[in-house]
Amino acid sequence: MTALLQQPGYEEERLQRVAEKLPCRDVQAGLLLSLMGQPQQYSFPSIFIYGHRASGKSHVLQVLLKELELPHATVSCVECVSVVLLFEQVLLSFFGCDAASLLPRSPSLSDFVRVYRQQCSQSPAKQTRYIVMEKAELLRDTDANLLPALLRLQELVEDNVTVILLSEIVWDKFRPNTGCFEPLLLHFPDYSKGELQQILSQDRHPSYSAEFYSSYINILLGVFYSVCRDLRELRHLAALNFSKFCEPLAEGKVKDTDTHKLWRNIEPHLKKAMQTVYLREVSSLQWEQMQQMEEKETGTVRGLSAHTHVELPYYSKFLLIAAYLASYNPARTDKRFFVKHHGKIKKTNFLKKNEKTSNHLLGPKPFPLDRLLAIFYSVVDSRVAPTASIFSQISSLVTLQLLTKVSQGDLLDAPKFKCAVSLDFICAISRTVNFEILKYLYDFL
Amino acid sequence: MSKRKVGAAHMPVGECITQVQEILRQRFCRQRVPDRPGGVEAQHKHLLGLLKRTAVHGESNSVLIVGPRGAGKTMLLKCVLRDLMEEKEVQKNLLQVHLNGLLQTDDRIALKEITRQLSLENVVGDKVFGSFSENLVFLLEALKKGDRSSSRPVLFVLDEFDLFAHHKNQTLLYNLFDVSQSAQTPIAVVGLTCRLDVLELLEKRVKSRFSHRQIHLLSSLTFPQYLERVQTQLSLPDDFPDENFAQNWNSSIKAVCEDKSVRDVLQRHFNSSKDHRTMNMLLMLCLSRVSVSKPTIKPADVLEASRMCFSDAKANMLHGLSILELCLIIAMKHLNDIYEGEPFNLQMVHNGADGFFC
Repeated sequence: MTALLQQPGYEEERLQRVAEKLPCRDVQAGLLLSLMGQPQQYSFPSIFIYGHRASGKSHVLQVLLKELELPHATVSCVECVSVVLLFEQVLLSFFGCDAASLLPRSPSLSDFVRVYRQQCSQSPAKQTRYIVMEKAELLRDTDANLLPALLRLQELVEDNVTVILLSEIVWDKFRPNTGCFEPLLLHFPDYSKGELQQILSQDRHPSYSAEFYSSYINILLGVFYSVCRDLRELRHLAALNFSKFCEPLAEGKVKDTDTHKLWRNIEPHLKKAMQTVYLREVSSLQWEQMQQMEEKETGTVRGLSAHTHVELPYYSKFLLIAAYLASYNPARTDKRFFVKHHGKIKKTNFLKKNEKTSNHLLGPKPFPLDRLLAIFYSVVDSRVAPTASIFSQISSLVTLQLLTKVSQGDLLDAPKFKCAVSLDFICAISRTVNFEILKYLYDFL
Repeated sequence: MSKRKVGAAHMPVGECITQVQEILRQRFCRQRVPDRPGGVEAQHKHLLGLLKRTAVHGESNSVLIVGPRGAGKTMLLKCVLRDLMEEKEVQKNLLQVHLNGLLQTDDRIALKEITRQLSLENVVGDKVFGSFSENLVFLLEALKKGDRSSSRPVLFVLDEFDLFAHHKNQTLLYNLFDVSQSAQTPIAVVGLTCRLDVLELLEKRVKSRFSHRQIHLLSSLTFPQYLERVQTQLSLPDDFPDENFAQNWNSSIKAVCEDKSVRDVLQRHFNSSKDHRTMNMLLMLCLSRVSVSKPTIKPADVLEASRMCFSDAKANMLHGLSILELCLIIAMKHLNDIYEGEPFNLQMVHNGADGFFC
C-alpha cells in the first residue's frame, strides 16, 4: 500500500510518511502527486477537487504540502469576507510580509497581479507554488471576475503557480456565463463501509485491544451507516458512546469476547443516541451527564423540541386558536367557517393546482390584525369588548414567541402576524377550553 | 534498467522520463507558443500584415480576434508578435500595452495600467486631468520622438474585450478607437474575445469608429487532422538528448494513436469539442500516468484519462449519500414530477418520504 506513492524529485521516506498518514486515500494522493510532478516542473494551472464533506480533501492536500515542504498558501474562502484578505494571505505566504504591505488600500485584482509580478521577478519560483482555496463555492458570490482570474492565474502572473479549489459542489454549478479556463476535475469518492471501519479503528484507546474496539466500531456502523456516512460525525459518536460500551466490561459482567451481550447492552443506547445527540437535540455534555446517571433516574430527555406546556389566560388561548385558524385556513374560507348563515359554497372552484398540498405542509401564512380579531370574536362564546387588555395579550403572545410579527417596522396600524405553534400544541390548548379546532380547519374538511 | 552504450548520448531512464515530463508539461500546462502556427496560416498572415503596417508605416488599425474558448487566440497573437519583433525597426519603436478585462475592471484602473506600462508615471506626476480623453491624449503626446516629427506606434492588446464593453459609457474603447481614426498617433487596437456577438455590445458611437475588421478562429479541423495534432503534441522534438529513447517513444505514440479503442475515444472527444484546451487536459492526464516504472504511454492510459474526463460529477456525488439522504432525494424527485417544478419544503418531502421508512 505504501509503495504506491512514488515520484522522483521527492525523498522516499517523506513519501512513506505521507502514505502512512493517508489511509484509504492512496489512489487520490498518488494521482495528485503525479499531477504535481517534480517540484520544479510546471503543473496544470488550476485543479478542482470535489467530494462529500469529510472525504479527506483538505486533509490529503495539507499532508502532501506540509510533509513534502512545498511552497503553498492555504486560504479558506469563509474567512475572506473581502478579497483583500485573500491577496494578503497569498502574498504573505509566498513573499513575506513586506510584499503584503505593498498592496494599496482596497486593492483590486489588477493591483494584486502587479505586486505579484514585481515580487516574482525578484524571487522567481524554483518550485511550483500552490494556492489551496477551501470552500471554493463561496467564490461564486464574490466579484464576477475573481473566479475566472484565479483559474488562469498562472498565465496572468507568468509564474509557476497552481490554484487548487476544494468544494463539495460540482463544477457545473461554478461555470461563469461566458465560460472560463476549465480546471482539471478530480473526484474524491466517499469512504466505503470497510474503509470507514479501518479509519475509525485507528482512534482506539490503547488500553483496549484492537479486536474489541473494532467490534464496537462494527456495531456502531451497523446502526448508523444507513443514516450517516460522514466521517467526522461517526468519530464524534464513537468517542461519546465508547464509555457506555465498556461499562459491562468494567463491572465484570461480561468478557471481552462476548459480543452478543455487549451488543444487547449498547443497542438501545445507540438508538437513543440517534434521536438525540445525532440530531443535536441535546448537547454532548448533556448526553454524557445522562450516561452517568442510573437508568431509573433518567426521566424524559429534555431536548430542544420538547415544548413545556404554557399556562395562558382564557382569552389568550382563544387568541392563539384564532391565530392558528387564520394562519392555516385560506382567507376565502373564513365565511364558510365563521359566519352563521353562509350560502352554499361550491367546492369545485376551490381546488386549484397548488391546493393539492395541504396548508399544514406549506407552513403558516401571515394574516393582518383585523382578520385575527374578526375570527376571535366569532370563536369566543361570550361577547367581549375590544379593550386594551385584549391587544396587550396579543403582544405578550408575540413575546412568548407563540406568534411571530412579520410586518415591516413602519406599518404601525396594520401589523401582520404568523402563528408559530404546532398542531399538537394547539390541539392540547383547545381541549382545555372545550373547542373543537379540527372542525374549523380547512385541511381536515 | 539504464542502457549504457558508448558513443551515442544515453541517459538513464529516470532522467529521460524527467526530460519528457519537462518538455510535455511545457506544452500542455504552460501553453508554450509553437514554432509554426498550426492551421491558422491565413489569419496569421492577415494579422501580421496589419500590425506591420502600424509599426513600420505608422497607419492606425483596429481588429478583433473572435473565437470560442481555447481556440488559440492568445497563441495566435503571441506568434504574430514574436514574428513581428524580429524586425529591428519594429523592435526599436513599437510600444506594447497589454490590458485584460478580468483585471482592469474599471476605466480608471485601465488608465493607470496604461500609464504604468508606457513608463510614463514620472511624466504624469501629480497632474489632474479633466477627462479621460485628455489624459489619454497627453500620454500619447508624451510618446513623440525627440524631433517632434512623429510619435512612436503603440499596440494596445485588450484581452477579454467583451468585458471592456461593460464599463461605464465604454470610455476607454471610445477613446482608443477615436485615436485610431483621427490619425494623431499611430496606434493598433487588437481585441480578443470569445463572444461572437461582441459588436452588438458596442455603443453606436464606438462601433462607428471601429474598423469592423474581425479575424475569426473557428476551428475547421477534421478528425484525421485532430489525430495528427494529438500525435504531434505527444511526440518528442528532434533535439531530445537521448535519440534512441526519443525514437522509441515516438514510435510507441504512433502505435497508440493507431489503436482502435484509442481512436474511438478520441473520436468521442473530437465530437464534443475540438479546441486545444480539452485536448491538453486529456493529454495531461495521460502524461501523469507515465513514471519510471512505466516509461511509455499505453492505450489503457488514454482510456483511463478519457474516463476521468467524461465522468459524471453528479452521479459521483450521489454515490456518496447515505440511504436516508437517498430516500429524501427520491421523494423530492417524485414531488418535482407530480407538481411540475413547483417549489417544495422539507415538510412536504418528509411526508412523501414517509412511505419508504417502513
